[in-house]
Amino acid sequence: MSAADTDLGLARVPAASGSGTVPLLQRVVDRAFRTMTISFGVLVIVLLVGIVYQVLIHAWPAMGQWGVEFLTKPTWDPNTNSYGILAEIAGTLYTSFLALIFGGILGLTVALVTSQGFLSPRWELIFKNLIELLAAIPSVVYGLWGIFVLIPTIRPIAQWLHDSLGFLPFFSTPFKGPGILPSALVLSIMILPTVTAVSREALAAVPARLPAAAYGLGATQWEVIWSVMLPTASGGVFGSLVLGLGRALGETMALAMLVGNAQEFGWSLLSPGTTLAALLANHFPEAGELEVNALMYAALLLLAITLLVNALGTYIMFRTTRNLQGLG
Amino acid sequence: MSASPNPAAAGAELEFSLKNRRTWVNLALTILAIGLAIFAALPLASVLVMLLTRGVPVLSLALFTELPPGAGTVGGGIGNAIVGTIVVVLVASAFALPLGFMAAVYLAEYGGSSPLATAVRFSGKILTGMPSILAGVFAYASVVTLMGSFSAWAGGIATGILMVPVVMLTAEEALRMVPNKMRHAALGMGSTRAQMVLQVVIPTALPAIMTGVMLALARAMGETAPLLFTALFSNYWFEGLGEPIASLAVLIYNFSGSPFENQVELAWAASLVLVVLVLLANITAQFVFRRQKVQ
Repeated sequence: MSAADTDLGLARVPAASGSGTVPLLQRVVDRAFRTMTISFGVLVIVLLVGIVYQVLIHAWPAMGQWGVEFLTKPTWDPNTNSYGILAEIAGTLYTSFLALIFGGILGLTVALVTSQGFLSPRWELIFKNLIELLAAIPSVVYGLWGIFVLIPTIRPIAQWLHDSLGFLPFFSTPFKGPGILPSALVLSIMILPTVTAVSREALAAVPARLPAAAYGLGATQWEVIWSVMLPTASGGVFGSLVLGLGRALGETMALAMLVGNAQEFGWSLLSPGTTLAALLANHFPEAGELEVNALMYAALLLLAITLLVNALGTYIMFRTTRNLQGLG
Repeated sequence: MSASPNPAAAGAELEFSLKNRRTWVNLALTILAIGLAIFAALPLASVLVMLLTRGVPVLSLALFTELPPGAGTVGGGIGNAIVGTIVVVLVASAFALPLGFMAAVYLAEYGGSSPLATAVRFSGKILTGMPSILAGVFAYASVVTLMGSFSAWAGGIATGILMVPVVMLTAEEALRMVPNKMRHAALGMGSTRAQMVLQVVIPTALPAIMTGVMLALARAMGETAPLLFTALFSNYWFEGLGEPIASLAVLIYNFSGSPFENQVELAWAASLVLVVLVLLANITAQFVFRRQKVQ
């Protein structure tokens, strides 16, 4: 019996193999079953290592050939075998951070509205389920919706922004349809359920006596939210934003359909752009051997960025829940 | 009397009055927040309305029995894409469900908090957060280049990779919800660990495990990115697992950029069918889980 079994409270139970009364067959089955589950557990690790390994060895030739220059060059031309992903990296970060601003504000607001006594418990539940439904809709459907509903809807607003605020770099180009703004808007809808769910959890973890004490001192509902709930849950709320960012960085289909796939980067929200995931989706199906290596290099970078962001988000959540336990 | 020397003034303080700055700031913020929350729900309403108004009129028997139409032709259906989505999900389930489930049994029943179990759990978390297109990149690198062609196998493996962590993490939680006294009772009656797990713990946790399975299936059906350059697409009926295969998700992607109205209509119809399938899986998951809770 290994030490690992102690947390099930089974440490004192004799192992089957040590008991003389258990038939041989049962002992063999017991051992075999245990070994089998362990090997499946190991397989999950092998799967993750295999993914990283496969991407790495296929990216290796490209890394040797282009090195760091790959990250600082904005061209992607299979004809001359000239590859760089500066525009993709910039586009990925730009759309994701914009989505984080829109989706973060909306997601946190929904979390507050559905948890701080604004609605009856029945309506809180209905609203919460509606927002969770957003997560169930496949991203390719959001892409379709973006093309045929969102872009026509925001076209007049975007034109007006360009006409009246065109001197700002954010609105300096005329609206072409697919581009940064519709991508960021759809991304913010897609990260909304993540931000809402995780923030709600963080708000729920705040011990009830803290807001109760503030109400007792005569604070209004929003004074309680601003001065007690949000500061106490800030770690978890921040974690929810980081996890939402992780989701936005890796999102592929909606962006491949909406970002416009222009091999360039501009600050204008109305101009088309590109992202790492959209690059992979668009170029992989017809890529030649050398281009596949370049794409693998790009995939490796995407993997590294999302792993980093997700690890950070998970760590923040872990630390926050641990700290809040001290308040209970 | 001594507690409140000026009762009239105290009463004025407690009155609800919009003249008080704190009152109207609170009211304004509440209105703003509820307004934003309703605004956040608008896209969902819009998506559902569009699916109904543009998808439902296209529904017909031919939609489910015919092949996708070529450029500029009329009629046609998405029959092969529906079959293809089911085939890909079956291939994915065939390896992802046993792998995820058995790994969960290890985590909940044997691993505890040992370093190996922590590593397995960590791998699962990382796989959950990994962009789905990277599963496609992996399947391309390992299956497509090995077999020399795009295939249903590659699409199924890419999709399955995304199902493994969902099944594993939900099944582990389900197994952990089984009270320890049931384990103690089984062992006390002389059963081996394997008998205890197989005949007591797993049957008890089964409804909650099925919830995770349904959620994984729902996720798998909607995934497009891992299929783009693994399963590719096919305009014909299912021709075997070694051949490229159609799927609803890739059909929507391909037809979304089509200049032909007929193909765009089919993209909406395919979206409707896909969303209905995904929601059915989700609702089944919730239903199964709720029944478990009542018991």
